[in-house]
Amino acid sequence: MWRWLHPYAKPEVVYHLLGRWLPWVAGAAALILGGGLVWGILFAPADYQQGDSYRIIFIHVPAAMFSMSVYVGLAITALIGRVWQLKMADWALAAIAPVGAVFTFIALFTGAVWGKPMWGTWWEWDARLTSQLILLFLYIGVLALYHAFSDNRTGAKAAGILALVGVINIPIIRYSVEWWNTLHQGATLTVFERPPMANSMLFPLLTCILGFAFLAAALIFHRMRNEILRQELHRPWVKAELGETSKQTEAV
Amino acid sequence: MAMNPRRKKRLLWVVGMVAGVAAALSVILYALSQNIDLFYTPSEVVEGKGKDAVKPTVGQRLRIGGMVVEGSVQRDPKTLEVSFRVTDTGPEVTILYTGILPDLFREGQGIVAQGVMVEPTVMNATEVLAKHDEEYMPPELAEQMKGIKHVNPNQPKAFEGGE
Repeated sequence: MWRWLHPYAKPEVVYHLLGRWLPWVAGAAALILGGGLVWGILFAPADYQQGDSYRIIFIHVPAAMFSMSVYVGLAITALIGRVWQLKMADWALAAIAPVGAVFTFIALFTGAVWGKPMWGTWWEWDARLTSQLILLFLYIGVLALYHAFSDNRTGAKAAGILALVGVINIPIIRYSVEWWNTLHQGATLTVFERPPMANSMLFPLLTCILGFAFLAAALIFHRMRNEILRQELHRPWVKAELGETSKQTEAV
Repeated sequence: MAMNPRRKKRLLWVVGMVAGVAAALSVILYALSQNIDLFYTPSEVVEGKGKDAVKPTVGQRLRIGGMVVEGSVQRDPKTLEVSFRVTDTGPEVTILYTGILPDLFREGQGIVAQGVMVEPTVMNATEVLAKHDEEYMPPELAEQMKGIKHVNPNQPKAFEGGE
């Protein structure tokens, strides 16, 4: 396995590989997410209780789901970085964390905007909302630690340990609405049960979720390429790469 | 594939650290579980909460969450005063409130009220929030499935005042 993986451990190879995938992933994100949002916001029926206000679900739920999935990815990356000490796993922390932080912020913001007309409040310190806010602080903490040391490896080590310990918060967010009584309702989408949601709303929601998956991947690929360039700035291949790109830009 | 002993040691260290923090945190959350609950249910107000059956005392500030009992909502025609009963599995608690209720407030709806107990089963609420469930469906389907016909989403909503 190592022999097969070995060439991919070179930053230059990863940079080019991600560069080849990026347009496809970004294109899929734009197409699927754009389609899902138009479908959900313009064509899906209004809800029997919440009218049109529920339509924010097409952003809120995917953002909240991937704020957690991206964190699991961050923790796995941190584990690889800590145990196998691959430098690119360290760099990936810096590529992944801001994407998750933005998704978390979107989930909290859309939740507040949705909560005001439906529940009657922007914010309530219930278990779901509070644990999601802690997730945002975890992301910010990982980023702050990563950049807090002049030695990049020390920063990545500290950030990785926080990312790993913070993964405990993920099941707490997931099950907060079941373990404690909260203002937030239970989960609509679960793995084993048919969701209590009409198909005309469910399908655009699932489309948006798929779109968000591609969006997360595209953003992470793009940020990872930037981080590789930043870390390898002094290497000849980066100089050649940047020189080449600027020539291409001039030609265009 | 045999693992390099140094990697194995690091892996054990990391797993041990996460497991340790998880164990500590779960003990804390278990100890605090009653405080993390956002509200008392009406049964807990009447019969007491937890193993020790702690009942809220008159004058205590708390939140109560339950379903609005059908037919219990009484509005004062001249002011914004409203009173209603909430229930979960049997016992009922009366909520008194003055102010604007959220759009989703209606009989049969889940609500969370915050306020002060003025009698063992009567609360003077300063805030009433509406809960909603995890079901989403168009109005026609809701009418078909549940016989619910209480909201017309196209109907203009009443003016919602600021706080």
